Amino acid sequence: MIVLFYNRKTKNRLSTLWMLIAISFVIILPFILGVGLYYKSSMLFQENSLGDLLFSKLWKPSIGKFGFATFIMGSVWVTFIAMLISAPICIFAALSITQYSRKFYLRIIHPVIDILAGLPSVVYGVWGVIVVVPFISNVIAPIFGAQTMGYSILAGAIVLSVMIIPFILNILIEIFRTIPIELTEASLSLGATKWETIKYVLVKKAVPGIIASIGFGLARAFGETMAVLMVVGNMIQIPKNVFDAGYPLPALIANNYGEMLSIPKYDSALMFAALILFVVVMVFNALMRMLIVRYDKY
Amino acid sequence: MIKKIEEIFFRSLMLISNLLILFVLALILLSIFKKGLGALNWEMLSQRPHGGYYYGKEGGVLNAIVGSLYLSFGATLLATIIGVPVALFMNVYLVKQKRVLNFIRFLLDLIWGVPSIVYGAFGFTLMVFLGIKTSLLAGIITVTLFILPIMIRACDEILKTSPLGLLEASLSLGSTKTETSFRVVLMQSFSGIITAILLSFGRAIGDAASVLFTAGYTDNIPSSLSEPAATLPLSIFFQLSSPVPEVQNRAYASAVILIIIILTISLLSRALSKKYHKNRI
Repeated sequence: MIVLFYNRKTKNRLSTLWMLIAISFVIILPFILGVGLYYKSSMLFQENSLGDLLFSKLWKPSIGKFGFATFIMGSVWVTFIAMLISAPICIFAALSITQYSRKFYLRIIHPVIDILAGLPSVVYGVWGVIVVVPFISNVIAPIFGAQTMGYSILAGAIVLSVMIIPFILNILIEIFRTIPIELTEASLSLGATKWETIKYVLVKKAVPGIIASIGFGLARAFGETMAVLMVVGNMIQIPKNVFDAGYPLPALIANNYGEMLSIPKYDSALMFAALILFVVVMVFNALMRMLIVRYDKY
Repeated sequence: MIKKIEEIFFRSLMLISNLLILFVLALILLSIFKKGLGALNWEMLSQRPHGGYYYGKEGGVLNAIVGSLYLSFGATLLATIIGVPVALFMNVYLVKQKRVLNFIRFLLDLIWGVPSIVYGAFGFTLMVFLGIKTSLLAGIITVTLFILPIMIRACDEILKTSPLGLLEASLSLGSTKTETSFRVVLMQSFSGIITAILLSFGRAIGDAASVLFTAGYTDNIPSSLSEPAATLPLSIFFQLSSPVPEVQNRAYASAVILIIIILTISLLSRALSKKYHKNRI
């Protein structure tokens, strides 16, 4: 009996120890990530100032000049256009799913969202190459009188917007569902129509949540790699319009890993690009998280 | 009257948005299946690339399928060993420490959002630091880091819903916290945990950016952890960038294989969660 008791205690101690090790590891993981990337990219700072790195357009790895402005602009363009497309779609879809839809339709749309969320980014990339790229070069570009192969900022943005729809939509549905039903019922019982209630009560109450969901979407879109890489054209230039090819940061990292070790400091430059992505995404997510927490209090 | 028109206007926007989402999913699946099914045959599934495969000669993508499965199984296993205890620790040991718990969830949400390419770059750094070459092992480590926050957060969401009374009852009957964690709380939420693990597996098998630097690429099937491994997403990517139409068609066929794997996982997790849901208290 004593032996049994002892065994249970030992088991308990061992498993508690493992849990503590595991959770400590998880807690320091973000710091390890940040420090590791910073350490590898710190060699760049010897010759280039932070301002130069971020705002200079000069990209000449062979002479040690690394200006990331072109790539940052590429990322910003693709991300913002993607958000312009998907934000309204997500808001309207979330409203109709939470406010108007019948059970029958929910049984269809929820799996659809899940499947969209689960498809790998390479699959979106393949779809982009088969459908979106030709569509842009054959249909959209001629309407605006532009000449393009289709591999463009717009193609990247369209593919990206589809990819982040399930992500934003799920957050929005969650947010609309947490708004107390009493609020909308009070408004309805005072004689407001369904739409007035949605407009003046529901949406108004959910504004911080809507902003946060779009913020999370932005952060997610900013770091998306493979799908964008496959359709965006990858030309080192600052895009003048949406039909130009661009070169976002993640694509830069993914495309050049091969030459990474052959040019001096090139590996540091790529790690610096990863560091930019890491910092931007972390800061954005932290801000949005705080926005949601503060709004939960009221 | 204007009110009415406004409502109709916005309701039609809602309808359009919904239709767009349904349409896009159908378009993605149909366009890829249409292009890929033609090139999909038994040879694709059962053989590895022979000489000249990337110029249109015979062979298949077995190397990538097996590589992807090895990699995802390895990473999911590691992530489960680390992740499930963490989620249990949060919901059994820390259940009363709301502030600590919120801080941990906050951190998890932050790393949850870190793009996979960043994990890839970090994994490469780690690899150089540890002195290992591009290999299955390096890929597994990187993918584990990438899916770990996803798995913990998913498990945590499930465990959060397990009733506090159950935990207290178990503790008051004299169970240790370990027994409470693994025999009561975990069992109570078993279906959810399985779903979380399958979700992570799906993520692991579909991600390309994190293994780009670390797993390498080879036409062989890896026989040990220290050999490089091909993965399905990367194989799709490489085949698609070939100028040879036959190779491109194989890329579409490989995409079909990947989609089928992902859909199977998704269906499986749905079925499992339904089956076990009945046993919940």
